Amino acid sequence: MKTKIRNGILNLLSLGVLVYFLWWAPGNLDGYKLRIINLIAINAILGLSLNLIYGMTGMFSLGHAGFMAIGAYVSALLILTPEQKVTMWILDPIAPWLLNFHTPFIVSLVLAGLAASFLGWLIALPVLRLGGDYLGIATLGFAEIIRILIVNLTPLTNGSLGLKGIPAHTDLWMSYGCLLVVLLFMIRLMKSNFGNVLRAVRDDEIAAKTMGIDTFQTRVLAFVIGCFGGGVGGALMGNLITTIDPKMFMITQTYSLLMVVVVGGLGSITGSVIGSILVTTLLEWLRFVENPVTIGSFHIPGIPGMRMVIFSVLLIVIIIFRREGIMGTREFSWDWFFPTGAPGEKSETKGVGQ
Amino acid sequence: MKNPEGKAAQNIVLKIKDVTLRFGGLVAVGDLSMNVPEGSITGLIGPNGAGKTTVFNVITGFYKPTKGSVDFMGKPLTGLPPHKVCEAGLSRTFQNIRLFHNETVLENVMIGSYVRQKGRWWQNLLPFVFPAALREEREIRAGSLELLAHLGLAEQADAVSSSLPYGAQRRLEIARALATRPKFLLLDEPAAGMNPQESVELLNFIRKLRDDFDLTILLIEHDMKVVMGVCEYIWVLDRGLLIAEGSPETIRTNPQVIEAYLGKDAPVGDGPVGASPPVQ
Ligand SMILES: Nc1ncnc2c1ncn2[C@@H]1O[C@H](COP(=O)(O)OP(=O)(O)OP(=O)(O)O)[C@@H](O)[C@H]1O
Ligand SMILES: [Mg+2]
Repeated sequence: MKTKIRNGILNLLSLGVLVYFLWWAPGNLDGYKLRIINLIAINAILGLSLNLIYGMTGMFSLGHAGFMAIGAYVSALLILTPEQKVTMWILDPIAPWLLNFHTPFIVSLVLAGLAASFLGWLIALPVLRLGGDYLGIATLGFAEIIRILIVNLTPLTNGSLGLKGIPAHTDLWMSYGCLLVVLLFMIRLMKSNFGNVLRAVRDDEIAAKTMGIDTFQTRVLAFVIGCFGGGVGGALMGNLITTIDPKMFMITQTYSLLMVVVVGGLGSITGSVIGSILVTTLLEWLRFVENPVTIGSFHIPGIPGMRMVIFSVLLIVIIIFRREGIMGTREFSWDWFFPTGAPGEKSETKGVGQ
Repeated sequence: MKNPEGKAAQNIVLKIKDVTLRFGGLVAVGDLSMNVPEGSITGLIGPNGAGKTTVFNVITGFYKPTKGSVDFMGKPLTGLPPHKVCEAGLSRTFQNIRLFHNETVLENVMIGSYVRQKGRWWQNLLPFVFPAALREEREIRAGSLELLAHLGLAEQADAVSSSLPYGAQRRLEIARALATRPKFLLLDEPAAGMNPQESVELLNFIRKLRDDFDLTILLIEHDMKVVMGVCEYIWVLDRGLLIAEGSPETIRTNPQVIEAYLGKDAPVGDGPVGASPPVQ
């Protein structure tokens, strides 16, 4: 009981620190830094949702960029005003029924998640029956199909011109608020017996079936929940950057998320958060390799896409040398700081805002 | 249909009727009929590759028989997927232990309890709205610990299951099967890898489990001597065919059984490699 109270206090304290930081940051950090801090939360949400699919339930999915795209477009189309829409669609006029569709941001966020879930469900039903490695290929293809549809369905999506002037609804409160909800969801889910069941399906499908678990339905469910996270993450990102176009949702986007999950540790909630911090900052920092540099008399022209090359190499290195990532499947616990906790009182509380 | 001797009055709980299963040209099980009486401990024996595990896989829904039917408590099992078979009240262990090796001993048993859990997954996300679901989770944890204590594994509850010694892993697999609250337990070579004395101890323990949990138990055993002490009735398979059945005494002296066991001079390997790996 004592450790429980202790952990409760520590959780509240770290939540307090987080809230203070979110309140302090906007007035004291420049826009670029704020954007990165926002992106950390969004990538953590996306990483957690991919981790649920891949790390916890063992389904190798390469479709997250596609689900993000669905979320980003659904949200943007729902919050752009009719005037904005009329002026933006230059090539083809916008579909009339879409013109006057308008919802508040939060509603658009939920609908973005639902739309991604629904399409995730449509693809999961046939593909998850096949099982195993087909999912990776199918979801990869699916994400590409989504992208191509967005390019070509001009009356709905404005094609390759993308959507501009999306209201910047994603501020620190919004992104970290969403992250907190997702974290609480994941912690409760994975600590419940259903969390055990997800891991069971991942570890040994035959044994799981023998234990009376409908492994197919369980997989579909985990996949659909993960897609919801993908859609919400995409919507948040669109409302942060305020401009979306199909190029944002290429396979490289999925790779970065895969990196978040693998660096942090497949199956670890804490890991995805740490992974997001590392990968997001590293991705920004690596931008310098794409800029032209002059060292002495040497002039090296910027190579676009170079950071993704470095990134892919890093991913391979991690998979070879430290497959379990930083956390493995472990989770953060306050007990780390209290080496001799009361015996018999195994604390399982996880920190929030870490 | 023959009834096990002296058990004529007992209910038949599992009825296997003319089951044939072919893998391509190979008849893994041919025209097998078995009637398992309620509350009994019975054995399915036979040399390597006789088709014993395949019979289990047919009963538990992993393989669909080419021909024939399996009934459990008067309801057909044939065609049900494995998880429905478990729901119906049959649970099993595997010849090559299949624990959830990344999970703890306690979690393994809790996973077994899931099939009887009434609370839905999303109810546990909102413990204040659905206190009953939270209570049920606690009960499952407590019940699982109790079950572990029953099988002498309470001490290791928080250990990762793959870290257990071999014998304890076998017991954990039984505990996990019991967590699904079965009426019928199928044990595939529970004593494999144990010396004769350990085997006898284990089988006596299995008898106790039958009484404590009101079970019917069908077990596969390789070693004929071990099975004699515990089983009330035995079926003998050889190359997919039933060559004898009866009480241990009649089996022991059956010339065909002796020949099946002694006749094969070279030990048979794992058999031909099929398109899909056999579930063992
Ligand atoms: N999925 C499969 N595909 C092809 N052949 C199979 C398959 N499963 C089992 N067999 C074959 O069926 C026969 C019976 O196998 P089974 O595993 O049931 O034997 P067993 O009696 O359990 O033997 P053991 O004592 O070695 O466990 C073997 O020849 C085996 O190779
Ligand atoms: Mg076998």
